[in-house]
Amino acid sequence: MTDTRTIAFTVNGARHETTVPVRLSLADFLRHELRLTGTHLGCEHGVCGACTVLFDGLSVRSCLMLAVQADGHDVVTVEGIAPAPGQLHPLQQAFHEHHGLQCGFCTPGILTTLIELLRDNPNPTETDIRIGISGNLCRCTGYQNIVTAALDAARRMSDDRG
Amino acid sequence: MKPPPFAYHDPRATHEAVALLGSLENAKLLAGGQSLMPMLNMRYVLPDHVIDLNRIEELSYIRERNGAIEIGAMTRHRDIEFSDLLKVRCPLMHEAIRQVGHRQTRNRGTLGGSLCHLDPAAELVAVAAALDATISVAGKNGTRNVAFADFPAAYMTPAIELDELVTGATFPCWPAGHGYAFAEFARRHGDFAIVSAAVLIEEDGGGKVMRAAVTLGGMGAAPLRATALERTLIGEKIEQGRLRELCEPLRRLEAVDDIHAPASYRQHLATVLARRALIQAHARIVERTVP
Repeated sequence: MTDTRTIAFTVNGARHETTVPVRLSLADFLRHELRLTGTHLGCEHGVCGACTVLFDGLSVRSCLMLAVQADGHDVVTVEGIAPAPGQLHPLQQAFHEHHGLQCGFCTPGILTTLIELLRDNPNPTETDIRIGISGNLCRCTGYQNIVTAALDAARRMSDDRG
Repeated sequence: MKPPPFAYHDPRATHEAVALLGSLENAKLLAGGQSLMPMLNMRYVLPDHVIDLNRIEELSYIRERNGAIEIGAMTRHRDIEFSDLLKVRCPLMHEAIRQVGHRQTRNRGTLGGSLCHLDPAAELVAVAAALDATISVAGKNGTRNVAFADFPAAYMTPAIELDELVTGATFPCWPAGHGYAFAEFARRHGDFAIVSAAVLIEEDGGGKVMRAAVTLGGMGAAPLRATALERTLIGEKIEQGRLRELCEPLRRLEAVDDIHAPASYRQHLATVLARRALIQAHARIVERTVP
């Protein structure tokens, strides 16, 4: 018999109140209960970074958190980063244009990680980007185009701010 | 992948957590979850109860008192990294914390979690050894303090009882103007170090070492203070050629042999990293004194 607990929290701006098994990971909750399958699970032990989401604005590995721990908190997944349906976030646009992804498995985790990075450091160097995404594994791109896309997105976002 | 079934408790106060620990069988404390959660996911640990400390606000603080920095067990690595107080009063910790895991790890990981997990190569564990930290432990009979030198009981095992929990640690500050450096070698950025060297030195006006602390992480079950080297450094001037001689005996320290590196490689790293860290610590003193 698995213990359950009723929790209430927001995901991508929408409020959810639901009862979850206490051992359910935040990642599995997002994918299986909310059907937000943009959050990917690679290693499930905190190494690959594919499951990264923003928890109260900070990047965290959702495979290393329990859904019950999100009670009262705010979660943003890759589905929640674009400004409106049919539009892309400047980071997503830059990834699209610079071929910053191939298979796309790591992309949600890298995008959420970079959203925090660019918010905290709007004018990053290439080294800042490389260290920033060092907790995210990509097996396709060799990272080169991810770094190019991130730097381009940083430029666009600061231009937008004027 | 899914953790085994357990009952979940999320106390709001330290005394509630202590009471739970004292009354529940086979309970595990959950801090930042960066080590326990993987172990649960892989079912290396099978607790009947998980006591989540993340809602105990009183365990999260960084403050200065009586010339020492006190940090709460649930203070996150991120808060240590961005603390202006620590940057000024405890620059060794500020330098070391940036080598702990990745951004996502530091956003969740905690001081208490790192200390209690007690990975032999963990940066914060080495810093605690370097600064002669005191660990505060709460149990059913109140709180007690444990000198860090007595804290590691065995490999990844702190010297605390099953019904006790670490509430925080106190790190004595070195005087303004001291030299510090944290150097490590890891295969990839963010990995645990194979070997790390944490160095603190004070020099007199003539550039001679008055006090030194040299700590090596990753050599054995717990960080090692190179006490013989610390003694021989007194009265010496930090200089490349002389340091080569002084650090050479580190090559004969006992070191573990494992899948990551043979003992001889660790001994070599200890020799090289201690020297590099001493040079950098000295350079930082010089930088500050030259106008």
